[in-house]
Amino acid sequence: MTRAISRREVMRHSLCGAAGLLLADGVVRSVPVRASNARVEGVPPSNRGQDTRDTTPYGVTTNAKAKSVIQIWMWGGPSHLDTFDPKPAAGYDYCGQLDKPIPTNVDGIMIGELLPLLAKQADKYSIIRSMTHGVNAHETASYMVQTGRPPGGREVYPSVGAVVSLFKGYHAGYQGLIPPYIVLTQPQGRFSEAGFLGTRYKPFATGGDPAQARFAVEGVVAQGITDQRQKDRRDLLHRLDTLGQAAQDSEPLKTFDQAEDGAYELILGDAGKVFDLTQEKNELRDSYGRTTFGQACLVARRLVERGVPYVTINYSGWDTHKQHFQIMRRKLPEMDKGMATLLQDLSERGLLDSTIVWWSGEFGRTPKVQWEPPWNGGRGHYGNVFSAVVAGGGFKGGCVVGSSDDKGEEVKDRPVYPCDLIASMYELLGIDGNAKLPHPQGLDLRVTPTAAEGVKTGGRLKEIM
Amino acid sequence: MRMGLSILVSLVLAATVAANVAPSPFESSTVPVPRSQIDKLVLGRLEQLGITPAHLCSDAVFVRRAYLDAIGTLPTAQETRTFLADQDPNKRSILIDRLLERPQFADYWAMKWSDLLRVKSEFPINLWPNAVQAYHRWIRTCIRDNMPYDRFVREMLTASGSNFRVPQVNFYRAVQSREPQALAQAAALTFMGVRPEGWPKEKWSQMAVFFARVGYKSTLEWKEEIVLFDPSTRKMENTLAANPQSAIMSSPASTGDRNPQFITAVLPDGTTVPLSPDQDPREVFANWLIDAKNPWFTRNIVNRIWYWLQGRGIIHEPDDIRPDNPPGNPELLAYLEKELVAARYDLKHIYRLILNSQTYQLSSIARGDDPKTEANFASYPLRRLEAEVLIDALCQITGTMEQYSSPIPEPFTFIPEDMRSIALADASITSAFLEKFGRSPRDTGLESERNNRPTAAQRLHLLNSSHIQRKIEQSTKLQSLLQSKGKPRDTIEGVYLTVLSRFPTEEELKTVGAYFQSAGGNRRGAAVDLIWALINSAEFLYRH
Repeated sequence: MTRAISRREVMRHSLCGAAGLLLADGVVRSVPVRASNARVEGVPPSNRGQDTRDTTPYGVTTNAKAKSVIQIWMWGGPSHLDTFDPKPAAGYDYCGQLDKPIPTNVDGIMIGELLPLLAKQADKYSIIRSMTHGVNAHETASYMVQTGRPPGGREVYPSVGAVVSLFKGYHAGYQGLIPPYIVLTQPQGRFSEAGFLGTRYKPFATGGDPAQARFAVEGVVAQGITDQRQKDRRDLLHRLDTLGQAAQDSEPLKTFDQAEDGAYELILGDAGKVFDLTQEKNELRDSYGRTTFGQACLVARRLVERGVPYVTINYSGWDTHKQHFQIMRRKLPEMDKGMATLLQDLSERGLLDSTIVWWSGEFGRTPKVQWEPPWNGGRGHYGNVFSAVVAGGGFKGGCVVGSSDDKGEEVKDRPVYPCDLIASMYELLGIDGNAKLPHPQGLDLRVTPTAAEGVKTGGRLKEIM
Repeated sequence: MRMGLSILVSLVLAATVAANVAPSPFESSTVPVPRSQIDKLVLGRLEQLGITPAHLCSDAVFVRRAYLDAIGTLPTAQETRTFLADQDPNKRSILIDRLLERPQFADYWAMKWSDLLRVKSEFPINLWPNAVQAYHRWIRTCIRDNMPYDRFVREMLTASGSNFRVPQVNFYRAVQSREPQALAQAAALTFMGVRPEGWPKEKWSQMAVFFARVGYKSTLEWKEEIVLFDPSTRKMENTLAANPQSAIMSSPASTGDRNPQFITAVLPDGTTVPLSPDQDPREVFANWLIDAKNPWFTRNIVNRIWYWLQGRGIIHEPDDIRPDNPPGNPELLAYLEKELVAARYDLKHIYRLILNSQTYQLSSIARGDDPKTEANFASYPLRRLEAEVLIDALCQITGTMEQYSSPIPEPFTFIPEDMRSIALADASITSAFLEKFGRSPRDTGLESERNNRPTAAQRLHLLNSSHIQRKIEQSTKLQSLLQSKGKPRDTIEGVYLTVLSRFPTEEELKTVGAYFQSAGGNRRGAAVDLIWALINSAEFLYRH
């Protein structure tokens, strides 16, 4: 028995270097793309040679202003008219009763009346009012907005989150036990975040609900199991490790023990405490709002504070075909509270300069309200023009990019395509848009679309960078 | 002389061990003695190298190992009890024969073959669900009926017809590229265990000639596709252009420009064969491939079976056979090849030979740390259970089920709840668990696509996820163990037999007994913790 424990002790010494890697799913993809030059910048020595097939020099970022991204994903497609692109002059058919936009702390910028707290933070973010891709189907539009690529080709491209975790994750010297790409709290379902990069670049979905007394992150925090019982169980596990004691020197079991120690760092050690919101002051938690979204924003801040490069808050409920205005009145104040507090909190902690906050859905919603049955006051899908918001990480605040027409139905000037916004974020993150992505067949595919791909572009958002 | 010495040493060692330590539940006190030809070749080699082999494994280890290796399934507590109580000295070989006839044998090996043959609906293979179902069913049926291996391969290589109605043709669809070179590569990797990427370019394009008349056409039925012999010349000309040695010969009776052309093609062993224009070159290639004299065909499959059962190929990696990667034990490989040919490509014969050998039945507790131990099969290697086998085992011991579905592409796939994961046809079925535990993505057909390396994320899932917690809490098995009116000892024994397929040792009983006692009245909570601890032990998570 003592011998078994000493084996574990030995393992613990070697843990520090390799532990960070262990959370990566470790699925070896055959990646025939090989680095022509063997110099792998930013990859710590312990990571080298872990997977001999995968030594591409990812993790090379230059002139990065931003370290992390918090993506507020408005799953379903939020109405641009009722949020960041109000059109009071368009009348009742377009605005319903939400026709009294409010001024912000930036002269000349007005936003929806249900966002009074965000109105006080407008100097921190910029609004893009001319996003467009023209697609009205959820899956396809989600793919476009988050990959920048048109759908339908043979290739399934990786999303921004997967690309960022490729360039700023374990290959780039990220050592955290928390995976580099986190989704709060549920994955997007049909959308394949990793595309051809494969499962090791999929996000870790926390599950659970941060607004509950205990945020039960899947695998990290078990509901109803106290720390004491965790310790008792672990002790029992070790004392019943009969095979481990018999096969002392087994190499496979050393790896197995390492993985276990990494896991317990999250379960019982400090690493998992990032999800423990009781460490935050009650007043701050209140100002984020005691809702799932509000507390998710707070978790997101805690994650980027610890260096996690990409966090998606998957915020659903915006597919408002019916009861649109009731839902706006219920949900927008919740969003307002969480997002406004997030911006302020990041800013006060000096994190906003290095953190991009990206607010967007897959599309906007029909500007003209569908008053007729069966909708009875709903808005449909609308990819023709919609809004996105960016803040921090090198994006200027207090600006408006582009505009839509009088009724919010067409782009009036400066069209911004998804790939333009994505390329701008990559630039701020120091990711070379022309870098090659590792492809299972070794195809030459780049981070951002090349001219040859014929993807529509309006150019990077230089005006706010 | 040396032999005598090493036997002496191992006897002394055994005596020392027996004197100091209670017998381990993993090994018997018997040292292996060569009985079969495999044992003579393996143990003889160890003798030469001065490596002491492990002891033979215990009956309890054997029953679990044989079930997992042969049918990818954990034995039930009852099956284990019956086997352990059986006094027949031949009970191991009787069990092996029974396992090879179980329906799960077909499920499990169809899963392995589907990895190699890349059976999946979606990117980058894009077989589409209906074709996946048809192809997988055909593969499983061939394995169930023990179709001779040479026929199994020939049918795939030479088939023409609809992807729905002639499932074998999907061999030519389950590839990332349909260019003749890519088809040649798939055939070479799968059936010869070689990687043409490492060949001289010319040799590869010569082989591609045999696949340059594979044609594809769609039909009016949605997603139906016909694979056929396509005598048109465009692809052939392109392939030949890359390949000066295979020449187009004008027909001797040439009377005009439109005459059919004969082609000289070169097989991978350098033999030149003429191809007439109305001949499907795939037939020529397949006939050459499955000939008993072919140096690659038989070697590839026996080496793979050895790899599957022993965790390491005689040539390793098993799908990277090249002159500069020679077999560790050439006589052993040659022996298995000879046996397979003599048995007319009955693969179960090879399974039986290996499973019955003392070599296979060695314990996983190595006797010494010679670095050459592993490559020479001196003990049974520890390997983590495959994703599908693991989740099936978890379902079995808790009496719970998993739900699988695949919402893309249409038609949506919903899997019946009582279907086991090893029987899933499609690698595109969505499952976070299977992905986390390294299920093969089936993109390339390389053995290394399946990843059994343990990660912290996997450990988190097993140690602490609501998924596993729920399975234990809702376990009907646990419920019935707790309700039975036996002593606590019976409950503990029941849990051990269910999870680890063995009885607990006295020391374990003491440890668990103390744990139950300290839990006071909460026997259920203690039992949950016990199952949890055993599920998380290396002994459960590994083949051993």
